[in-house]
This record gives sequence, C-alpha cells and structure tokens, in this order.
Amino acid sequence: MIQFSLDSRSGVSPYLQVVQQVRHAMRLGLLREGDQLPTVKDVVANLAINPNTVLKAYRELERDGLVGARPGVGTFVTRTLTDSSLAAHEPLRRDLLRWLGKARRAGLDDESIEALFASTFRATAEQDIA
Amino acid sequence: MSTADSILSARGLGKRYRRRWALTDCTLDIPAGHVTGLVGPNGAGKTTLLNLAAGLLAPTTGTIEVCGGRPAAGPEQLAKVGYVAQDTPTYPGLSVRDHLEFGARLNPRWDAALARNRIDRLGLDPSQKAGRLSGGQRAQLALTLGLAKRPELLLLDEPLASLDPLARREFLQSLMEAVAEHGFSVVLSSHLVADLERVCDHLLVLVDSRVRVTGEVEELLASHRLLTGPRRDPASLPTGQRVVSASSTDVQSTLVVRTEGPILDPAWTVGALTLEDVVLAYLSPAEIGRPTLEVAR
Amino acid sequence: MIWLSWRQLRIQAAAAALGVAVAAIVLAVTGPRIAGLTGNIFDQLTQLDRWLYSAGIVVLAVTPVVLGAFLGAPLVAREVEGGTHRLAWTQSVTRGRWLATKLGLALTTAAVTMGVLALAVTWWADPLDAAQSETRGSLPSRITPVAFDMRGIVPVAYGVFAVALGVAVGAVVRRSLAAMAITLAVYVFVTVAVPIWVRPHLIPPVRQTVALGNDTLDGITMHGDGPNPPTTVTVHTANPADWVLSNQTLDPSGRAIDSLPSWFAQCLPPPPPVAAEKAGQGAASRNSLNACLQRLSDEGYRQQVIYQPASRFWSLQWAETGVFAVASGLLAWLTFWWVRRRLT
Repeated sequence: MIQFSLDSRSGVSPYLQVVQQVRHAMRLGLLREGDQLPTVKDVVANLAINPNTVLKAYRELERDGLVGARPGVGTFVTRTLTDSSLAAHEPLRRDLLRWLGKARRAGLDDESIEALFASTFRATAEQDIA
Repeated sequence: MSTADSILSARGLGKRYRRRWALTDCTLDIPAGHVTGLVGPNGAGKTTLLNLAAGLLAPTTGTIEVCGGRPAAGPEQLAKVGYVAQDTPTYPGLSVRDHLEFGARLNPRWDAALARNRIDRLGLDPSQKAGRLSGGQRAQLALTLGLAKRPELLLLDEPLASLDPLARREFLQSLMEAVAEHGFSVVLSSHLVADLERVCDHLLVLVDSRVRVTGEVEELLASHRLLTGPRRDPASLPTGQRVVSASSTDVQSTLVVRTEGPILDPAWTVGALTLEDVVLAYLSPAEIGRPTLEVAR
Repeated sequence: MIWLSWRQLRIQAAAAALGVAVAAIVLAVTGPRIAGLTGNIFDQLTQLDRWLYSAGIVVLAVTPVVLGAFLGAPLVAREVEGGTHRLAWTQSVTRGRWLATKLGLALTTAAVTMGVLALAVTWWADPLDAAQSETRGSLPSRITPVAFDMRGIVPVAYGVFAVALGVAVGAVVRRSLAAMAITLAVYVFVTVAVPIWVRPHLIPPVRQTVALGNDTLDGITMHGDGPNPPTTVTVHTANPADWVLSNQTLDPSGRAIDSLPSWFAQCLPPPPPVAAEKAGQGAASRNSLNACLQRLSDEGYRQQVIYQPASRFWSLQWAETGVFAVASGLLAWLTFWWVRRRLT
C-alpha cells in the first residue's frame, strides 16, 4: 500500500499533490491495475488533512479513468500508466544522460543545471496551458 | 447558500458584555459536511461565537441557528452539538474511566465502543486522574468526549493553543480520522492559520467583532492575488478587482486583491498567496475603508 | 446525572456520615443513664454530662454552617471557577436538570444529616431541658433561644437553609472561597436575628398581668449607686419553662414605668445587692420585702409580662420551619433563575 506525503510549502494545493503522487506511483509501477488505494480514513489519519481533499483527489482520478470506487470496499486502480510511456523511458533516460554530460563539459554546476531545466520546463508547461 | 445546507447560520448576530460588543451584526452560513476554520486575532469574537453556537451564551441581538434548532433548546438539541472549550476543561478529581462513564450517563447517543477504542489507541491509562494528565492527553480526552457523543456538529475553541507540535499533529490526525469515518461537521477556531490550512476546507475570518470574509479555502486561494508594481492609487483598479489591503512606498505599491478573472494589466507583477497571507490581508485595517462582509456564493 | 452529582458529592457526604455516626454513638452510650435520672436531675449531672450538653448545642449550631460552606458554596462556584460547567452544560442535559439534581442531592444530604443529629441530641437532652436547681443554676428551657435552635425539626430547616444559601451565593459570586465567607456571614446574621426579631412574633405572644408577690418574684435590680437608684423588678410566670420576652411594671393608671417608686429603695436591705440574696439573711429583711411588695400591690402597681408559653414549643417549631422552608425555596428559585438566565 502506498503512502502519501504533503509538502505544505510547495505552493501546490494538497488535493493536487495527492493526484500527482498517485499518478507518479502508477508510472513507477508501484501501483498496478487492481491495487487498492489507501482508504480516505487512513490517508487523513496519516497526514492530518481534510477528508474532502482526499475525496476530491480520488474523484478527479476517477474522472480521468485511472481509478474506480467500489462502494463499501475501497478505491482501486483500473488502468496502468506504465504501458504507454514505460517503453519510452529507456531511450529518454539515455538522451538525458547524454545531455547531462554535455552540460557538465560546458562547465555548468549542479545548481545551474537544475535552474536551466526548471525554467525551461516551466516555460513549456505554461505554453501548454495557454 | 440556503439555510438548509447550513449547519450553523446567524442573522445579525450580536453579543454585548456591559459596554463592549464582542460580536457585531454577524450574518453567516457555515456549510454542513465541512471542516470550517474560524480565524481572527485575540479578542475578535471567536470564543463568543462558539459559545453562542453551543448555547452557553444568549445573543444580545439577532438570531443563531445550529443543526436546525436554537442552541441549548433542549436535550435533543444539546445532543446534536459537541463542544470542547478553550483549555479543555476536565474534572481533575475524576479518572479517565470516570469521564467516559460521565459521557455515557449524560448522553443518550454515547458510543462507548468508540470511546474505549480511542482511549486504548491513545495509550491513556483509564485509572489515571484527569488532573494528572499532560496537556496533550487532556486535549485528547476532551476530544474523545466530544466525538463519542456522536454530534452532528463539533465545536472546538482553540484546541491546539497549549499543545506542543507533536501533540498538535496527533490531535489533528485523530480529528480528521473521526471526520472521515463519521462524516460530521467541525468548526475549529485558532489564531494560528498554519494549523488550519491542512484540515480546513472552509474559512471564516473574524476581526474586531465582525465577519471579514468567509468562503471555501480553495476558492479563496484561487481568487486572491498579490500585485506589485509602480505606485498606483488602489481605487483606480477595475471594478472586478476588490482591493483587500494595500501598502505603498513612494515608488511602489503592493496590493492584495480579490478578483473574478485574470489580471491583464501588464504593469503588475502577479503572485500567488498562501492562506496565511490571505488571512493576514484581511486582518490588517481596511485602508480602503471597506470593512465589509465578503461572502463566497 | 445522579451518578455525576453523587460522584462529586461523595467525599463530603462520607465526612458528614462519619461525623453523624460518631455523635450518634457517643450519645447512645451516655443517653440511657441520663434518661434514668429522677428527682433533682441537675445536681446529679457530672462534669462530662454538662460538657456533652454544651457539645450537643455547639454541634447542632455549627453543622449547618459547615454544610453550607463546604457542601453548598462550592456546588456551583467550584464548577464555574474550574470551567467544568462548560463541559457539563454541553453534554445532553439542560442546565435546569443539572442544577436540580445537584441541588436536590445536596439539600437531601443536609436534611438527613441534620435530621439524624437533631433526633439524637433531642432524645439525649430531653430529660435535661429546664432542669432547675435551687442552688447551682439551671439549664435553659427548650423554648428559649439557645436551646430552641437545637431541638426538634428546626435544625433540619436551618441545615437546608444554609445549603440553599451557600448554593445561591456560590452561583452569584462564582468564587468558592468568597462564597464560603459570605455564606458564613449571612447565615450567622440570620440565626442571630431570627430569635430576636422574628421568632417572638411567629405566634402572637401572650400578655399577662401578674401581681407582685413573693411567689412570683424573680429578681430586683438596682441600676447604679447613690441614695435613690432606679430600681426594676422582674417576675416569672407560672411555668418556669416559659420563654419570657419582656417584663414591665405598670403604675396604677396602667402606664409602663421605668423604675419603681422611690420609697421602694428603703425596702431593700443594705449591700450586698439584693439579687444575690441568700437564705442566710435574716427573716426581718424578708418580711420587710414582703410588706413592700404587698404595699406595691395595694397601691395598684402590677407587672405586665409578655411571653411564649412552653406549651407552644411545637407550634413555634413548625412555624419557624415553615419560614425557613419558604426562604430556602426562594433561594433555590433565585439560583435556578440565575444559572439559567444569567450565567455564562
């Protein structure tokens, strides 16, 4: 059973963090089809957050078709996120290693690499939304 | 919001002690099925509001309705509302077990299994006298008494104030677990916003005996923005944007605004706010001269 | 609610029970001997007996105060001081029921405690009331102030009143210690004021005109020195156990006078004062006194006595109990009103 954590300073709302952590777990293969998500009661007992937050997160995941609720039993994963994208992981990882090598040879330190990546990532993310 | 969905509604509620008005002209609706945070500086009227809702006080003006009835109107009404007062009073001479007996005898809907379960899980010694418990343990005992009563609405007056961080976290975990399991409404007051941010999905800000803002936490966070830019007269903003607080230097203005749509003026740098920032904006004196009620929906 | 009230009360109730048990045992042990005394009872009393008699009076006087201060005053005040009223009033019982149960239990405890004590002391002291001795003094009659409060059913009324007073004061003042002090002060005032101002008039007292004679003479008092000091005379009624309220000499025209006519001073033997007249004085002085008294009578001087006859003991007891019951009821009503309307 996976466990959630909450970063209260990330600026991301709690319910979104839950959604993201579920998707992340699914991508990494920690949650497979048929696995049960932690009950609302267990999540709030662990994190001390509002149950409605967890319910909202689970509902959104349900809307996206990733999970399904079985009344009286719990919420279960109905799909996996790994199959479509997992195949692409290996080549992408190799590309990333190559890029990182280039960046280090150009003289960037760890912080600059992270900053470059973060700003580019955010810019493209906002472009996608707008 | 119709009063049918409200677990607590007040119209023109006011309470006066001798010459001072502790609450002035409060009109509010707190929705059922939510955890509502009641925030405000000391002396704002939070305890007074909770006491009025619990039936410990009678209003001077206006009306208040809780769970569809007048507070403390009779045994059935009293059974619907649970209350944990500030500094969690318990009978020092009675043991933990005696307190549970007390609850069982004085409450028809007492859930003895829930109470015993909680006491066991919390690791409290049933024969220990309540006067010898630590602050955190007493708070948990008081919470147990409030929860085992199986109320529709649980009122908590600054329950975290005298607790250390671990005790605070455990208290909130306990409370949220109970809400998840039994689905009752909670109104919880604090003067620390950080405590409330995790657990509350609805907020009510009281300043100076009046309601300054009330609404869903998500909605408040989404609709409030921090604007910084060259010095401008706050009144010059378009009508869709209400200025909540403003401060300026000779060259720069910093405003907290509440807005329906996106900020399009390129002169402003727009930033998001934490819940604490939003509340603080409402706690500062209204420089715009509009100390009025902001109601979300 | 009864469970809670009892749980909060049980230490005080236990203490009261213990005290009553001790008193009852002591009295039960010494009582039968007293009951068996005949003849001149007073002279046969030992030092212990007299001490026990006084102790009986003291215990019955003090117990209501203790009950009022330690049972009554903290009943509401302690809860408000500790904030536990906010716990008690937010369960599922109304304030009225909460108060009614606590008050009822406290008053019942007080009534039972005082009832048992009063019964025990009355039974023990009954043979001794108004025991007179020619030479060594006497014990007070049961209808007179000190003994009256300690006999029959009045002590129960006092105990209930003290607790009702304590609870009311506690509810208004909201501080245990202050409430105890105020309850004490008010209770003492009431128990001193009632015998002086209220009890004599509960049943209109009897007025009787008594002739001045040797058989009715109680005492003659000279106020001051000098050749012709003012002199007053007191008489007793037919039953020495009556409670005499006032003694006034009336002149022939029926007016009350402050002092006997000046010639009377000559009737009195020279010092030592007449009030301590012993049987050892000569027959001559007694004859002269008789002659003077006769002369007073002939001239038309009479004594007016206002008194409560000893036979009215039980009527007065019921009347006073009624007064205190009404007072207790008013205090209880005040407490209810205060707790339900005014207290936060």
